[in-house]
Amino acid sequence: MSETSMQFASTLKVWRERAKAYADRILSLPNDSFEKTLSVAFWLCLVCAVLVAFSAVALKSLQEDNKAADMRRNILEVVGLWREGADINEAFKRFEVKVIDLKTGELAKDVDPNTYDMRKAAKDFKLSEPLPRDKDVASIKRKPKYATVYFLKDENGELNALVLPVWGYGLWSTMYGFLALEPDCNTVIGINFYDQKETPGLGGEVVNPNWRALWKGKRIYDQAGTPVLRLIKGRVNPGQEKAEFLVDGLAGATLTSNGVSNLIRFWLGEEGYKPFLAKQCPK
Amino acid sequence: MEALISLFVKSVFIENLALAFFLGMCTFLAVSKKIATAIGLGIAVMVVQALTVPANHLIHAYLLKEGALAWAGLPNVDLSFLTFLAAIGVIAAIVQILEMVLDRFFPALYYALGIFLPLITVNCAILGGSLFMIERDYSLAESVVYGIGSGFGWALAITAMAAVREKLKYSDVPAGLQGLGITFITAGLMSLGFMAFSGIQL
Amino acid sequence: MSDEALETEEFEFAKIKPVLVDPLIDNNPIILQVLGICSALAVTSQMITALIMSIALTSVVAGSNAAIALVRNHTPASIRIIVQMTIIASLVIVVDQILKAVAYDISKQLSVFVGLIITNCIVMGRAEAYAMQNPPLPSFFDGLGNGLGYSLILMTVAVIRELFGSGSLFGVEILPLVKNGGWYEPNGLLLLPPSAFFIIGLLIWAVRTFKPKQREVPEFKILPAHGEVA
Repeated sequence: MSETSMQFASTLKVWRERAKAYADRILSLPNDSFEKTLSVAFWLCLVCAVLVAFSAVALKSLQEDNKAADMRRNILEVVGLWREGADINEAFKRFEVKVIDLKTGELAKDVDPNTYDMRKAAKDFKLSEPLPRDKDVASIKRKPKYATVYFLKDENGELNALVLPVWGYGLWSTMYGFLALEPDCNTVIGINFYDQKETPGLGGEVVNPNWRALWKGKRIYDQAGTPVLRLIKGRVNPGQEKAEFLVDGLAGATLTSNGVSNLIRFWLGEEGYKPFLAKQCPK
Repeated sequence: MEALISLFVKSVFIENLALAFFLGMCTFLAVSKKIATAIGLGIAVMVVQALTVPANHLIHAYLLKEGALAWAGLPNVDLSFLTFLAAIGVIAAIVQILEMVLDRFFPALYYALGIFLPLITVNCAILGGSLFMIERDYSLAESVVYGIGSGFGWALAITAMAAVREKLKYSDVPAGLQGLGITFITAGLMSLGFMAFSGIQL
Repeated sequence: MSDEALETEEFEFAKIKPVLVDPLIDNNPIILQVLGICSALAVTSQMITALIMSIALTSVVAGSNAAIALVRNHTPASIRIIVQMTIIASLVIVVDQILKAVAYDISKQLSVFVGLIITNCIVMGRAEAYAMQNPPLPSFFDGLGNGLGYSLILMTVAVIRELFGSGSLFGVEILPLVKNGGWYEPNGLLLLPPSAFFIIGLLIWAVRTFKPKQREVPEFKILPAHGEVA
């Protein structure tokens, strides 16, 4: 053994003995003494802090991956590309993510689509603007200046679908979701909600695949270019007039249904994606 | 302003902490035998709620939230995992301080509310109020209103419950349902009544 | 130290068993001790959330009981409550972080209710009533037993609410619904908050019918009216 390591071993021994002496002294103090109270509080805080910080730091990357994967899975699901067990990131490569300016409908070139978080931006005073009450159809209070739009392309680079993030207030909570449109900017491919706290079984049925399947092929804009797609009370009769603009309401959940109608009206209207869609699909 | 009034009404009636979210149930069921005690506890909850929700808002917004430490030159720090610990610490501290202040300056009030204060630290309605405030991203003004409103809603619920139970004492309840059982059923009926407020938008 | 002797004593299941089994029915934390109802009822409209909540609570109460019992002889009385709170809150944070990492979807649905385990009266109640007086191992099992007692009620309520409210268990359809072409018209009331109160009230009634010892004595006795045959 070299001299330094021996020295090190003896220092370690000294410190171990000191620590033991310290622990013995503290533990033998009467419980109500001032020093004991302080040292118990200190050591407890230290142990808990290490435990909590360790778990938070160790799990952070896993949590963020989960969050991102959850978002991607929902985007894949809304265009019908999600298969159980498939590699989400691989499947997601078919999407091209772009950020657009909601007001002009142009691409926002100075915003990085990989880091821009539309939901967070809607709460940021710099990146969003307050909505006046008469324009706030979906009850979302603030609207972000920029929006993230997902372009689904096939192997030849041909556009297959557009996925637009949407949200609006239902009965209990703000429902966050995605709406997928055909390249004609008018026909619905699908809708889903990835974050909502509506009454389970009633309003919560917005996540029910059977109900969501009813949206396929519905149309959004009428001749005049007004978004008229909405939910009605009860069922839609396929032979009914303008049935392509109507979707079955959710049974027992009028307010959630109204919330969904409102968010469609808002996000596909002038305040929402309409300027962008008008540029995307010129008449 | 309108939005704040609407939030107040919503937190009192529609999203009543006791009857729609079942928060503070242990104390709600245990301390609702007499109207007088129920009112005392209700007021104590309201006061504590009105203080702790804004206090937790400030701590969350300026210390814990992701990017909250930007003012200290640490824009990339995210301490939000400490939320629970900070929230419960703030609540325990405020309750303790309130107890001392009342004892020192308002002895009469201290004797009326004093016994309830320690109970309040572990009342889920208080912690729940703060956590809902964080989850829903309320602003400072909103969190003040939400604190007062949700506390008032809880006080209203427990007072009403106590009133019902004082009458219920004289009813012929089946032996197995006596006490706790019938109290649960009553709470269910009250909760059903409060459901009628849901969806009211101002 | 006599305590040390107790702690190193050989593990005997016979001694532990009552600590573990009693809280299931005979001394159930929810229906008899009226503890921990706070955060429980809101998560019972679906089995899966109820199950995750049960697991989270059981691990917190078992862990905190053991940890609190470990430091019980060295906890100054003046900071006793805050010591317990800190231990419990730290454990809850750990559980919450793990949930967010492995079951992100469900942790979203549970929202604030995981955090509310901190103020769940079962956790504090068991810490005060049992862990402060007993060594870590029995305390651990006491926590486990009470956690399981809580889980039992939670799962019972969740089975009733999900099966009759949406015709499924764990999201798998059991009773085919009318709207999907089956015969069962779901009872929407069961999915709303008030139904949880009714179900627990009726559960208490059922348990107390079979266990008359648990019945409460009425404060006020109704006497037969004059002339009526008692």
